[in-house]
Amino acid sequence: MFRDAALVAGKDLRIELRSRVAINQVLPLAVLLLVLFAFALDPDTGLLVRATPGLFWIATVLCGLLAVQRAFAVETADGVTDGLRLSALDTGGLFLGKAAAVALQLIVLQALLLAGVVVLYDAAPSGWLMLVVTCGTATAGIAAAGTLFGVLAAGVRVRETLLPLLLLPVLAPVLLAATRAFEAAFEGRSSEGWPWVGLLAAFALVYIVAGLFGFGALLEES
Amino acid sequence: MNEWGYVIAGWAVSAAVLVAYALWIILRGRALSKEVPPEDRRWM
Amino acid sequence: MTSKFAVDLPISADQPSLAGPSGTGSGGTRVLGALTLVGIALVAFLAFVATPADSDMGDTVRLIYVHVPIVSVAYLGIVIATIGSIAFLWKRSEWWDLVASSSAEVSAVLMGLTLVVGMIWGKPTWGVYWVWDARLTSTLVLFLLLLGYQAVRRTSVDPWVRGKRSAIVGLLLLPNVLIVNRSVEWWRSLHQEPTLLRLDPTIEGLQLFTLVLAIGVTALMFVWLAVHRFRLAWLQDRVDRRLLVDAIEDRRSEVTV
Repeated sequence: MFRDAALVAGKDLRIELRSRVAINQVLPLAVLLLVLFAFALDPDTGLLVRATPGLFWIATVLCGLLAVQRAFAVETADGVTDGLRLSALDTGGLFLGKAAAVALQLIVLQALLLAGVVVLYDAAPSGWLMLVVTCGTATAGIAAAGTLFGVLAAGVRVRETLLPLLLLPVLAPVLLAATRAFEAAFEGRSSEGWPWVGLLAAFALVYIVAGLFGFGALLEES
Repeated sequence: MNEWGYVIAGWAVSAAVLVAYALWIILRGRALSKEVPPEDRRWM
Repeated sequence: MTSKFAVDLPISADQPSLAGPSGTGSGGTRVLGALTLVGIALVAFLAFVATPADSDMGDTVRLIYVHVPIVSVAYLGIVIATIGSIAFLWKRSEWWDLVASSSAEVSAVLMGLTLVVGMIWGKPTWGVYWVWDARLTSTLVLFLLLLGYQAVRRTSVDPWVRGKRSAIVGLLLLPNVLIVNRSVEWWRSLHQEPTLLRLDPTIEGLQLFTLVLAIGVTALMFVWLAVHRFRLAWLQDRVDRRLLVDAIEDRRSEVTV
């Protein structure tokens, strides 16, 4: 299963590197979001800097949505899904591979966003261990849930609106927990972030298990 | 509105929504029943 | 609710189509419906007349007799939907798929109603229609999750495809509920607000009885609604199937001609 996962992840990432969609579109979109937030929340009032953890995660979740949609667009575009189904690839491995590719793109995105908020919002993050662990667990959850609902939506004609409708309420607790953990880190009280990290880990676990079992069933329909 | 106004409003909205939903189910059920042969009409 | 209107016409030779049930009602559901109506009347009497105004909340406590039972039973419905979804994936029977989806739909209606009643209760109590307290916030997120479930139900007419998709979303409902509730409660407790919808732990006597009775009656109502909704969905699937068969038949006859 893990070998198949690596195979699929490698394929997705290679497609990404060659087409550069994420780099050319999703990353600029992330920066654009940071800019729009600054317009909405007037930097002079100090609101922007205080809201940085929340805005970071909103941007991550929204761009995650795009990354997932992209992950499945590359499959459905040329009827590749039939190929995937007919191949002997283990569906659990398929799920892990796609989720891993999405996760990796999200990690890169988050690194950029962190740099962005430091530069643009004059944020001064501390508690780096907490920040990194939070990013890791939250990203695992976002990627797993995104991949599971992504394959469900991939088979549907209204997929562009169905995916956000399904995924955003599901990711609401992730947004909540990750923001609180980030706030704890930013304000120098990292130890308070651990319960939130626990929640993020539980979420990721639930969705990785659900994905391993459910991905195959949903793939048949897309 | 004093408190009783809100209480009445709350109960009224609840009743209205639930009755409307129940009626929808029943009326739709009757309409569809006509289009299905008797032996197929119900599992239970 | 149906007992006044439903009439089973006698079977006769020239009305064969009336041999089966004429709608989604049955002897059992009529009894259930009648019991529910009696229960509602009793609860209403207790809520409005027999119980006193609450020492903290005043007369708005009478809305709690609606708000709490409805949200509690909605949660129950979500549990049923989750169980139904898992059972469907395991047994692959249409019956379980419809159990899950009927429960989910009734729960969605109840969740939405909970939010509305919660807001109506909130205005005289807090002065505002909405606060981000743990219970209301969780309910809002869950309501949105249930709307997502409804949307997935509509994505396909093929019962097997629809069933699988719904079941995956459905079985995740309960874990989602737990995660959302946990996270939102921790979040709100950080701000050390007085729990705004704290049910007075010393609630007792007639008030407690009324509340418990209301929960029971609401559960009966849920069953009534869900059974009817199940039967409606069953009929809808049969009709869709005939339409599909007819369309295929038409196609075939076109070709042979």
